[in-house]
Amino acid sequence: MKNVVDVKELTKRFGELVAVDHINFEVRKSEFFGFLGPNGAGKTTTIRILTGLSKPTEGRVSVLGLDINSRIVEAKRHIGVVPEISNLYDEFSAIDNLLFMAQLYGVPRTQRRKRAEGLLKTFGLYERKNNLFRTFSRGMKRALTIAAALIHNPEILFLDEPTVGLDVVAARSLRNLIGNLHQQGIAIFLTTHYLEEADLLCDRVAILVKGRIIKIDTPKALKAAAEEESVIEFSFGREISELIEDLSNKLPEVKIATVDHNKLRIYGGAPTEVYDSVFSFAKGKGIKIQSINSIKPTLEDAFIKITGLSPIVMAIEKGGK
Amino acid sequence: MWRDSLRGIYYIALKDMRTYYLKPPSLSWGIVFPLAWILAFYLRNPRGFEELVPGLIAMTILFSTTAAEAVVINFELRLGSLERLLLAPISLPVVLLGKVLGGTIFGLMMTTVITIVSIVVLGLHPNFLYLILIIIPSLLVFSSLGSLLCVLVKEVFEAQTLLNLPRFIMIFLCGVVYPVSAMPTALQYLAYIMPLTYTVDGLRHSFSIASSTMVFTDTLVLIGFFILFIVPAIKLLYKKFE
Ligand SMILES: Nc1ncnc2c1ncn2[C@@H]1O[C@H](COP(=O)(O)OP(=O)(O)OP(=O)(O)O)[C@@H](O)[C@H]1O
Ligand SMILES: [Mg+2]
Repeated sequence: MKNVVDVKELTKRFGELVAVDHINFEVRKSEFFGFLGPNGAGKTTTIRILTGLSKPTEGRVSVLGLDINSRIVEAKRHIGVVPEISNLYDEFSAIDNLLFMAQLYGVPRTQRRKRAEGLLKTFGLYERKNNLFRTFSRGMKRALTIAAALIHNPEILFLDEPTVGLDVVAARSLRNLIGNLHQQGIAIFLTTHYLEEADLLCDRVAILVKGRIIKIDTPKALKAAAEEESVIEFSFGREISELIEDLSNKLPEVKIATVDHNKLRIYGGAPTEVYDSVFSFAKGKGIKIQSINSIKPTLEDAFIKITGLSPIVMAIEKGGK
Repeated sequence: MWRDSLRGIYYIALKDMRTYYLKPPSLSWGIVFPLAWILAFYLRNPRGFEELVPGLIAMTILFSTTAAEAVVINFELRLGSLERLLLAPISLPVVLLGKVLGGTIFGLMMTTVITIVSIVVLGLHPNFLYLILIIIPSLLVFSSLGSLLCVLVKEVFEAQTLLNLPRFIMIFLCGVVYPVSAMPTALQYLAYIMPLTYTVDGLRHSFSIASSTMVFTDTLVLIGFFILFIVPAIKLLYKKFE
C-alpha cells in the first residue's frame, strides 16, 4: 500500500448544493497533508466521508487500501479522528473518556490504562486526569480529543480544524504536538483555514474552494509560484476600501486586495508602473501614502494568486466553536 | 468482526447505564411511576391484588426501558456524541443495539426488583421459566420501540412526547388494568396489534391467571415485534448519516 488515502472523482451533493465537486487527491504514507479552504469549502464534508460518517454521492474513496463503501469498519480500526467539535463525554473524567474509547476500539484490557495515562502525560493533562471533561478549557478539550483519537495507535489521523478558537499559545502548543505525532511516522490529514498553519505543518497542501480542489502542491512550491511576481503593500493615511474600484480601473492587469482598512496589496504588474499609478491616484484623491513595502510572498499571497480570493475571506475568523 | 460488534454493544450499553440510566430521573421514571400507579389501585381494591401483578410488571417493563431513550439517542445525536461512537470500528446497527441493550439491562434490573418484591410480599409461585421467556423479549421490544420513535424525530422533547402516546394507549388497552377479554370487540382488535398485550398475557400465564394464548406464542409474537421495531430504527438512523 503506497497511499493511505486515495480519492477519485469524489462528489457530495446535498440536494441541489454540490458541497464537494469531483475532487481527486491522495495522501501518501506518513505524509502530512493539508486541506486548506475558507468556510463552506467542503473540508468537513470531505473528512466525514473519509471517516465513514457520511456517504459519497459519487466517486471512489479508499482509506488504508480499503474501500470505504464496503470495508469502512475494518479501516476505522486504524483511523484516528478529531472532529470539528470536541465531542467527548461531559460527565466523564479525562481518564474515563480515554478508557471508554480504548474499550470501544478494542485496546487489550491490560494496556488500556497504561496507554490512556501515557497520552494524558504527552498532552499535559495527567494532573487533571480525574476532572470532568466539561470542566476543561477549550484548549484542554481539544488536546484531550486528540488524545482520544490516538488511543488505538492509528496509522492515520484526521484533524478537522484543530486550532480554531484557541488562543495563540494554546494553538502553538497544539501544533507542536501534532508536528511531533507526524515525526513519529503517523500520516496526518488536516483541514484548516489558517494559512500559516498549513505552511508550518504540511508536506503538501490542497487548496479547496467551493468544493473544488484548485491546486495541490508543497507550501514551498505554492509560495514560489507567488514569487514570480511582485507583491507591494501600500499603507494610506485613511480608509481606502471604497476607492479600490477606481484604482483597479487604472491598473487592470494586477490583482488588488485589501489587507486592512487602510492597507492594500498589489499583486503582479511591473513595479515602476504600479508605483507611478498608485502615487498619481493617491495625489488625485488627496490621500497620503504612509508607507510602501515590497513583500516576500507568504503562502497567503500564493493563495490569493491561485484562488483569486481576497485574504479577508480567510482572515474572518470563526471565533471558535 | 463478531467479537468487535459484541464488544461494542456491551460497552455502549455499559456506558449508557453509567451516564444516563443509573441517575435519579431514569430511576424515578422507571420505578416510581409504575409503583404509584399500582398503589392507587391497591388502595381502591386491596383484595384480588394478585390479579394486578402481571400488569404491574408489564408497566415496569414499559416505563423502565423507555425511561432514558430520548436522551441516549436524540441528545447524543445533537451533541455529536453518537457520531463519536460511529468513529470507532463498529457499524451503525451495533451502536443502536448497544443503546437498545442499555435500556434492556436497566429495564431488567427494575423489573427484577418489582417482580421479586411482588412475589415475596404476596407469596406468589410463578413459573420462572415462563417469566424469563416473556420478560426478556418484552424488554427488547419496548427498548427498540423507544429507539424507533426517537430516530423518527429530531428533538429530545419531541421524542419524549411521542413516547408518551404508545405508553398510555397501551396501559389502557393491553390488559394492564382491565382484562382484554372484558373490553368491546373493536378495542380487543386494537389490543392485539400492540405488543404489551402479549407481555401481559404471557405474564398472567406465568402466574397461572386466566390467559388466552400459550406462553411460547406470546414469546414468538414479541420477538416478531422486536424485529418489526429494530429494523426500521436502524434504517432511519442510517438515513441520518447519509
Ligand atoms: N448535512 C448537510 N446538509 C446540507 N448541506 C450541508 C450539510 N453539511 C454541509 N453542508 C453544506 O456543504 C457545504 C460545505 O460545508 P462544510 O461543512 O464541508 O464546509 P467546511 O469547509 O468544513 O467549512 P468550515 O470552515 O465552516 O467548517 C456548505 O455549503 C454547507 O452548508
Ligand atoms: Mg468544517
